[in-house]
Amino acid sequence: MNALRRNVLKGTAGAGTVAIAVAAGLLKPTQAMAAWNKAAFEAKNVGDAMKGLGVAGPADSKEIAIKAPDIAENGSVVPVEVTSSIAGTTSIAILADKNGVPLVGTYNLSGGAEGYISTRIKMVQTSLVRAVVNAGGKSYTAAKEVKVTIGGCGG
Amino acid sequence: MAEPMRIRATMAGDVADVKVLMNHPMETGLRKDAKTGQLVPAHFIQDVTATINGAAVLNADFGTAISKNPYLGFKVKGPKKGDKVVVNWVDNKGDKNSAEATIG
Repeated sequence: MNALRRNVLKGTAGAGTVAIAVAAGLLKPTQAMAAWNKAAFEAKNVGDAMKGLGVAGPADSKEIAIKAPDIAENGSVVPVEVTSSIAGTTSIAILADKNGVPLVGTYNLSGGAEGYISTRIKMVQTSLVRAVVNAGGKSYTAAKEVKVTIGGCGG
Repeated sequence: MAEPMRIRATMAGDVADVKVLMNHPMETGLRKDAKTGQLVPAHFIQDVTATINGAAVLNADFGTAISKNPYLGFKVKGPKKGDKVVVNWVDNKGDKNSAEATIG
């Protein structure tokens, strides 16, 4: 116990150690993930946002369902539901490709939480709404186009 | 920002369906005040956590593109009626709020 604690403090294996510590129940996930992902949330395009999330080349998946209107009259409130049927889904990220800051939100799931998130997002213009799902150490993605008549980022 | 937040949790089979409505302006920092022409500073929820009977089930980070007065729905497998759901949020100014509900 003590040796492991030392290792965590020294950070010998960086993120790996933290992951082990989380798995061992030494750190509560809420503590370990409390830091807001500034890099990803300030990225100005989808590629950088994915990089900030640590996602590289996610595979297209038909097991991710995005429920959103085909045409959103008001871009400031676009209801979006993401359902991932991929076994072992651990996190869901929602992005709106053409927003000034594409990343909308990230959701880390644990303790029996199902691969399902429902929310309402702002969209500046017609664009793809994209979901990125992490499951079993791999990344998957799916997208759906939403047409926006009045943009929702200017207020 | 001590306005109440609404939360409801119901069981559907063995899955708890949790719905949360938070009260927050979710300012992006890009909007101008109509009267003064000045930019309204960014003010938005950054971190949301949910627990059931003390065990973490969801840890969400929000950007500015979450709509005003955010709605959040999620589903958790396993809890029973009477279990306690607690949802906390913290915004970029350090304001926080918390709400709890009993799964019914």
